[in-house]
Amino acid sequence: MSLTFLLLAIALLCALSFFFGRQRAVGLSGGRYSNLHSLPVHYGVYTALWCGLPALFIVMVWYGFQGTIIQALIVADLPDSLTSDPGQLSLALNSIGLLSEGRGAHLAGAAPELIDAGRRLANLKSIASGALVVVMVCGALLGLIFSYRKITKDMRARNNVERIARGLMMICSAIAILSTVGIVFSLMFESLQFFTKISPLDFLFGLEWSPQTAIRADQVASEGAFGMIPLFVGTLLITFIAMCVAVPVGLFSAIYMGEYASPKFRAVAKPALEILAGVPTVVYGFFAALTVAPFIRNQGSLLGLDVSSESALAAGLVMGLMIIPFVSSLSDDVMSQVPQSLRDGSYGLGATKSETIRNVIFPAALPGIVGAVLLAVSRAVGETMIVVMAAGLAANMTANPLQAVTTVTVQIVTLLVGDQEFDSAKTLSAFALGLVLFLVTLGLNVFALKIVKKYREKYD
Amino acid sequence: MTDMASLMEDRAKPGTPKDPRKPVNWDSPDIARRIKKRYGADRRFKMYGLVAILMALAALLTLGTSIVSKGYTAFFHTYVELEIFFDPAEIDPDRTNDPAVIGRANFDGLIKQNLRNHFPDVTGRSELRQLYDVISGGASYDLRTRVMENPSLIGETRKVWLISGDDFDMLNKGFIDAGGEEASRRLSDAQVGWFQRLVADGAVEKQFHKRFFTGGDSREPELAGIWGAAVGSFYTLIITLLLSFPIGVAAAVYLEEFAPRNRFTYLVEVNINNLAAVPSIVFGLLGLEVYLNLMHLPRSAPLVGGLTLALMTLPTIIIASRAAIKAVPPSIRQAALGLGASKVQTVTHHVLPLAMPGILTGTIIGMAQALGETAPLLMIGMVAFIVDVPGGVTDPATVLPVQIYLWADSPERAFVEKTSAAIMVLLGFLILMNGFAVYLRKKFERKW
Repeated sequence: MSLTFLLLAIALLCALSFFFGRQRAVGLSGGRYSNLHSLPVHYGVYTALWCGLPALFIVMVWYGFQGTIIQALIVADLPDSLTSDPGQLSLALNSIGLLSEGRGAHLAGAAPELIDAGRRLANLKSIASGALVVVMVCGALLGLIFSYRKITKDMRARNNVERIARGLMMICSAIAILSTVGIVFSLMFESLQFFTKISPLDFLFGLEWSPQTAIRADQVASEGAFGMIPLFVGTLLITFIAMCVAVPVGLFSAIYMGEYASPKFRAVAKPALEILAGVPTVVYGFFAALTVAPFIRNQGSLLGLDVSSESALAAGLVMGLMIIPFVSSLSDDVMSQVPQSLRDGSYGLGATKSETIRNVIFPAALPGIVGAVLLAVSRAVGETMIVVMAAGLAANMTANPLQAVTTVTVQIVTLLVGDQEFDSAKTLSAFALGLVLFLVTLGLNVFALKIVKKYREKYD
Repeated sequence: MTDMASLMEDRAKPGTPKDPRKPVNWDSPDIARRIKKRYGADRRFKMYGLVAILMALAALLTLGTSIVSKGYTAFFHTYVELEIFFDPAEIDPDRTNDPAVIGRANFDGLIKQNLRNHFPDVTGRSELRQLYDVISGGASYDLRTRVMENPSLIGETRKVWLISGDDFDMLNKGFIDAGGEEASRRLSDAQVGWFQRLVADGAVEKQFHKRFFTGGDSREPELAGIWGAAVGSFYTLIITLLLSFPIGVAAAVYLEEFAPRNRFTYLVEVNINNLAAVPSIVFGLLGLEVYLNLMHLPRSAPLVGGLTLALMTLPTIIIASRAAIKAVPPSIRQAALGLGASKVQTVTHHVLPLAMPGILTGTIIGMAQALGETAPLLMIGMVAFIVDVPGGVTDPATVLPVQIYLWADSPERAFVEKTSAAIMVLLGFLILMNGFAVYLRKKFERKW
């Protein structure tokens, strides 16, 4: 039973109940709508909402928990030999899933308990989807009957509908809070598990990062070191290079656009600059890896320098390019908010335009510009695709922009793309890195917004 | 210190030649020089600004030209014309014309046999294997569909254009240097020789590469196409739109029109602003943990991708919608309320329709962002190698930007042009979407 079908069914039920509710109201009115408290439409919407919302709620809750419950049922019936080892278990669950969908031809020789479980899984799934339809239709019908019986001439249908609508809108706006809570909890949950394996102090202040751990006990592999300092050094190096490009270019473009450019030039150049912000980051990553990095390496070798093919410089330069419009539009905003009277005062004293900009507008706008730069930094720290494609994987502690460094985001991607084992420190460390990344960018943003806000109040 | 400030300071100091007690001679050459200097500094400052803009635009131009110059060749592919005898003994020995029988026939062998006929001097196992590389492994499928569509071909001899292997395509396009050292290229001297013989026979042609637009992903560059990823992107965006548009607009309406000034509202606003700045990869971690680990939704599915991207686009849509709603003048609301409309009626009948162009513009821009987003989708397993075109929102799929990332990681030289061409297609879609947003804004922009 596909989700699309269920949603269509709910829509159909809603339409039906709308029709019923409206008919009943029209019937009660005796042909004169002024006998009713609300318009017939409101009665229809009232019954439709009472029918559709419970059904929708049931479907959502069902889909949210069905997988977990079915898996728990399957796991409970598996022999201990399979469930004791998490790796074995996930493998077994995978095969069971394939078997249940009839795609497990290559598993024909699998253990009988797996084949059994596969059959049971298919069975459970069909029971679940059948039960869902029944429960959903029951919920919808109950809602319909309840609301249908409540319709009278004097029922305040419009007020009820509007109350429900307001409630729904409030829930929608609460989703913003919910997703923040979701982010914090999902990161915290896995990070805490990580910190039971690795001490937080080692993680925060360790100088070595090599997350390769042995998968089997008898394997020869390093113990794994989870010190995030090298990753942060790499992130900061690339961010610093990016800022060296983005801040001067962005600021000067903003100054030119705001103070010097003719309206014609502005009309062309401003959207053109904003294209830079609209280019997907994966395109920048490709550009950095295939055009900029080889170019820098060739130029470096001409000068006799040893440039890594995944140099921090290439990634940083391209990231700076991406951030230029961000810096320029934000600082354009703050500079245009500097009151005209300050400019006029400066011109009146005989200052030239550049003197006014440097000595009056820029100092007045400085807090806002600092805020803009901080926002840009937080953007650069969290940027992923450019560094994944153009920066390295090895964690080097270096300040040399010609060498390869790795960043927090690169490590998160490498750790989580491919096989994930949610019981090993290797996979869990990605969540700890994500938590740190989230907190750092959040801190930067809150701080930057505070500065910008304070500054805005000054001139309002 | 600036020139003007130094001038003032000089004048303030008593005893210097510019003693304030004596009037300044504004016509003196000294002052004229000073003014000239100041205007020079002004011109230079202006020039820095212009240079900054031009630098940024030049970088944009370099980006564009490097992509286009690398990618335009991917729209054409090298085909080789071979004379193929559709041997009835091979294809359909009993003349059944049954598609099932034809479908099982060994068309690969047919092509190989014809290659051997074309180059009778090539013998030896390893040499022959090198020879077979001239034609792509996918050519046999093309041949099969051709015969299945037209069984009367069986028994005839026809000249057929067959898709070449990717290395020979690169050779034909000049990306592999035929004159270079044998060890430094992927093709042996013998292979280059055969290909040049084919060229001399006029049996090589670059044709429009339809497969690039209609095919799914493949390990063979010449067979890989973007259709699978494009469909995946489409499904993902549909889910994103269905979720984020109603929720975003409802939230914006609530915050602008109904919300009381209390702590809940404040909390929502703070959260929206912060979510707008959370790195996209963190949303990927959220999706992985909540949708996959907690809710056990299918991995690599557009459904999960759309759910994740919806959370990401939500702040964009809410912020744009709030701005659009705020721009509707209060007099409209007062007029509606004065005529007896309820608050909700005022909003749904008057404010929302008037704000809709602005809301739609913001939504399209949010969708364009979601279309170009890669990082969160890597976290929820949309990087898998998927050949089939997805048929629904729960099928495993990939999206265009992730496809670009995957191809950019592939070692074959031929994938460079594929990647660039896929980028051109992606950018084309983005330009279309943003252009439409600009058009909407221009067309419905209203000054109150």
